[in-house]
Amino acid sequence: MADQQVDARGLNCPMPIVKTAQAVKGLTSGQTLEILATDPGSVKDFAAWSKSTGNELVEQTVDGGVYRFVMRKK
Amino acid sequence: MTVAESPVTPETLPAPAADAGDETKPQSLAFICYSGELEKIWAGMILASTAGAMGMPTKVFVTFWGLQAFVKDGKRITGENWMQKMMSMMQRPGIAHRKLSKMNFLGMGPWMMRKLAKQYNVASPAELLEMAQLMGVEFIPCQMTMDMFGLKREDLMDGMGEPVGAATYLGFVAEGAAPVFI
Repeated sequence: MADQQVDARGLNCPMPIVKTAQAVKGLTSGQTLEILATDPGSVKDFAAWSKSTGNELVEQTVDGGVYRFVMRKK
Repeated sequence: MTVAESPVTPETLPAPAADAGDETKPQSLAFICYSGELEKIWAGMILASTAGAMGMPTKVFVTFWGLQAFVKDGKRITGENWMQKMMSMMQRPGIAHRKLSKMNFLGMGPWMMRKLAKQYNVASPAELLEMAQLMGVEFIPCQMTMDMFGLKREDLMDGMGEPVGAATYLGFVAEGAAPVFI
């Protein structure tokens, strides 16, 4: 189980990333965040965000049009 | 010399140290928000909020027609002399009152844009602006534009930085911030 969740389903660019960044701020290093999104663009966006911020993308799955990402705070 | 005996081709060179440097120090950005039209304000706010989310230190220098969008929505008439007041009459200030540069059709265009945005869960410029501010993006008004349009600090939305000029903006670029002009 992730330490916290962000439900960004239905939200469009750039809100899934913005909401994720805000949630990550509240975590301590090593804690995880699970994000649910339906924006297909978020797949590449989360990879870029992870690379740029250093927060690790530890899991990525897709199920019925819902993308699930798990991030670990740097 | 071992180096001379085994010439190194560019392909086999180790990754430059700049890569490691990039991770510790993200690229900073210096926006110029120059245009006041809905589509450009929207683009600017999407990029500014995303830059904040990416952890990129970001400053937005707000000038000319861009500054009209950063006047409080409740302000109808701004300025001190009749010409400045007339200007604000002709182009209503505030982020909620932006017009499209094309297909405005007396407000029909922006109305449809906002309607579609709501339907497809696209955040409004005002929402994105708030997010950007929450994530530490700094919005800095142009002193010269404030003088020319007769705008006072209290006319502008809360949380904006000290008014400055072009030299301060170029100073950000000189220090390594990438310029973005919208």
